[in-house]
Amino acid sequence: MKLIYTDSLVIGAGLAGLRVAIATKERGLDTLVLSLIPAKRSHSAAAQGGMQASLGNTVKGMGDNEDIHFQDTVKGSDWGCDQDVARMFAHCAPKAIRELTNWGVPWSRVSAGPRDVIMNAQKVTLHEAEEAHGLINARDFGGTKKWRTCYTADGTGHSLLYAVDNQAISMGIPVHERIEALSLIHDGKRCHGVIARCLVTGELRAYVAKSTTIATGGYGKIYEISTNATICEGIGQALALDTGVATLGNMEAVQFHPTAIVPAGILTTEGCRGDGGILRDKDGHRFMPDYEPEKKELASRDVVSRRMTEHMRKGNGVDSPYGPHLWLDITLLGREHIETNLREVKEICEYFLGIDPCKEWIPVRPTQHYSMGGVRTNATGESPQLKGLFSVGEAACWDMHGFNRLGGNSVAETVVGGMIIGKYVADFCEQNSLEIDTALTQKFIDKLQNEIDNLVDGNGKENPFELKKEMQRIMMNYVGIFRNGPELDKAIQELKALLLRAKNLGLKCKKRHSNPELVEALRVTRMLKVALTVACGAAARTESRGAHSREDYPQRNDKDWLNRTLATWPDAESLTPVLRYEALDVMKMELPPGYRGYGNDNTIAHPDTEKRIIEINKVIAALGDDPDRHTLQQALMPYTLPSHLLPPNERLSDTLAITPSQPVGNKPL
Amino acid sequence: MSRQISFNIFRYDPQDGQDKPKMERYQLTETPGMTVFIALNQLREQQDTSLQFDFVCRAGICGSCAMVINGFPTLACRTLTANYPDGEITLMPLPGFELIGDLSVNTGKFMRELAERLKLWLHPKPDDQDMHRLENPMAPEEAARIYELERCVECGVCVSACATKQMRDTFVGAVGMMKIARFEMDSRDNRSADDFYHVIGNQDGVFGCMTLLGCQDNCPKDLPHMQQIAYLRRKMASTIL
Repeated sequence: MKLIYTDSLVIGAGLAGLRVAIATKERGLDTLVLSLIPAKRSHSAAAQGGMQASLGNTVKGMGDNEDIHFQDTVKGSDWGCDQDVARMFAHCAPKAIRELTNWGVPWSRVSAGPRDVIMNAQKVTLHEAEEAHGLINARDFGGTKKWRTCYTADGTGHSLLYAVDNQAISMGIPVHERIEALSLIHDGKRCHGVIARCLVTGELRAYVAKSTTIATGGYGKIYEISTNATICEGIGQALALDTGVATLGNMEAVQFHPTAIVPAGILTTEGCRGDGGILRDKDGHRFMPDYEPEKKELASRDVVSRRMTEHMRKGNGVDSPYGPHLWLDITLLGREHIETNLREVKEICEYFLGIDPCKEWIPVRPTQHYSMGGVRTNATGESPQLKGLFSVGEAACWDMHGFNRLGGNSVAETVVGGMIIGKYVADFCEQNSLEIDTALTQKFIDKLQNEIDNLVDGNGKENPFELKKEMQRIMMNYVGIFRNGPELDKAIQELKALLLRAKNLGLKCKKRHSNPELVEALRVTRMLKVALTVACGAAARTESRGAHSREDYPQRNDKDWLNRTLATWPDAESLTPVLRYEALDVMKMELPPGYRGYGNDNTIAHPDTEKRIIEINKVIAALGDDPDRHTLQQALMPYTLPSHLLPPNERLSDTLAITPSQPVGNKPL
Repeated sequence: MSRQISFNIFRYDPQDGQDKPKMERYQLTETPGMTVFIALNQLREQQDTSLQFDFVCRAGICGSCAMVINGFPTLACRTLTANYPDGEITLMPLPGFELIGDLSVNTGKFMRELAERLKLWLHPKPDDQDMHRLENPMAPEEAARIYELERCVECGVCVSACATKQMRDTFVGAVGMMKIARFEMDSRDNRSADDFYHVIGNQDGVFGCMTLLGCQDNCPKDLPHMQQIAYLRRKMASTIL
């Protein structure tokens, strides 16, 4: 048995995983990262648009702060999020931005004076303050009250990932590349690391660690058409599910992005609409104002995706061999803007569509994009069931996104979550000893070895590629943007049948090393279980909340469904997960459930909502006239953070108030 | 009417002691919008499940899938099969990197070693870096200039297209110099031209480049490699004057 041990083991070398690794390495802990691919190739690199943080440097961001970011995030989540976590996040986002600046991210900066922007299809001139010159810029994104999304052109994820990976390299953090974690080593109470397979040599290795952090991203590739990279197959979630103990949270919460190109499913950033791009139908008509007169194209993603689908269902889509689509028109932004701020979009249009988006409209339609669900953790990022198992980023249900994530909050979650949770992971490693139980480890190696032996030497007949394709089609057709009972039941029945067939997988390629068919076969069974947790969760949740939209239950039902779905798979032979629910406590909410601001408010209220509002009013009254916003916040919903993250965030407005005679930003650049 | 297209693909499994490098020919029916990514996946799923290649983002963003297509190194994910009117497509792995198998090469290992060797990360100045306080201003033009050079995706095309690199393994290649240039121009970086001279002021660095333009001609991100190498040469030359 090849055994490698470390203090902090991180699965996944995207932004979230690397940020946790940096946090534990900073504390002097032995840290090791496993990755399917070289770190800089991680899906984080594909994030184009930006990262939300309430810096408030720009004229359209003035007055922004943690409170407004928090409120936007909670509303965006359709009240499905953990408000403590949303608070922790909103407070630390500006810190993460500034830390990343220190690590080399060339954030786009504010230029003082007039600048022309497109708002609501009109050219508008904004005047940026002298004092803001050279500070970090922000663009508009859907569902936010202020322009809060910090960016580097449309390569934000790329810039961030390179800066964070460079930081990890400078600290000497090893990344074991082309290694796939396939099962967690655990005793039912504590996680002790993973069994992983080298994708080049086929060797099985046990990585034993004090803490194990799953940071493997989302599970978008259980869908046929997804903006996700090919590696986002949900294996991280499957690792937790396969323990039979650890829970997954809100797996049915799957986001569709409004504007992926047709047919490739490659994303064009929300920055296209944030910067002023508009959606048009087959007649060239701009239809979003008809549905959402206030927010139009910048309503939150779930809303825009559904409105687009509705509009296409009415026959207003453009016919294509790949089904109907709509148009994204960014021609009004002008060539200069597109070639500097939306350059990746332009490249994608040129290479994949053969069009020039400065002159032509882009064919788009809503496409699977983001996984709000994931490995359920508490606010410190740890699994409540398996000690020593942490999860962060898209892989996790930490749960700051609830049932819908706002654009720009996912990139932010990776580094902010990594910053906060990394500290708790380090604490855990310092407080717990390494336990190397070779018998236990051998048991998990043997199990995986058996699985591989059966696949390579067995007489199975099923083709893993075909099973995966069928699963992806089922998810796309029946567990999509709009859902209903009969289709979800059909999805569950068909997925169960596939899971049964997966017991009879057979391989044509018999190699034990570098065998892509074996890799696929090992994944497909795991992916099917993840897909079933999504479908079963969606079938059981008889309401519509955020991205989870039931045609047969259109109301957001706080009375019965203000809770989080927890899924486990205790019996490995079973064909479905076990679902439980964890209530969200309205009496502890800083922002009690309310109207989200789109369409008609058809919420079925929670009985505690009224009570909580009265209580909040009392707390406010008791604080007297005009209480400081920090005092008010603490009185309503106290939350904690690691002490080094507690200091308040300085903003340009504070600096101006303190030293009006010495405005910042005027020193020679 | 969809046409039949042919793929001639380099096959070799270096871990199999019996295997010999060879070319294998496959055919498939082209579909509208087909890329080499789509084609290779189809070939693997339907004709040969042992075929090795690397794709991650399949959108021209991550740099995983560089290979030599009909003689030119490029990103396979965004190469449309329709670009080849005679329907003959020959795929070879990128030269200059460790071969994992078939079309898969280990660019990741190369890039990590290069980063460690050249210290390709920001070496910040010791001034105020308090993350709770307002960030230091940076000229908007400087931020834009850095981003222009930062767009490198480490695909390895420049290295594979470089004759100097093919002749001298220790040559840092355009990717290394592009990254040095990126940090050299960053006002937050504390290193001087002298510091950079020690890593690239020699035959393995800027003075080894033969200016054959392979890097710039093939770079999928259209990075201005030659301009940066020339710029660094002037900088390095000025340190010894």
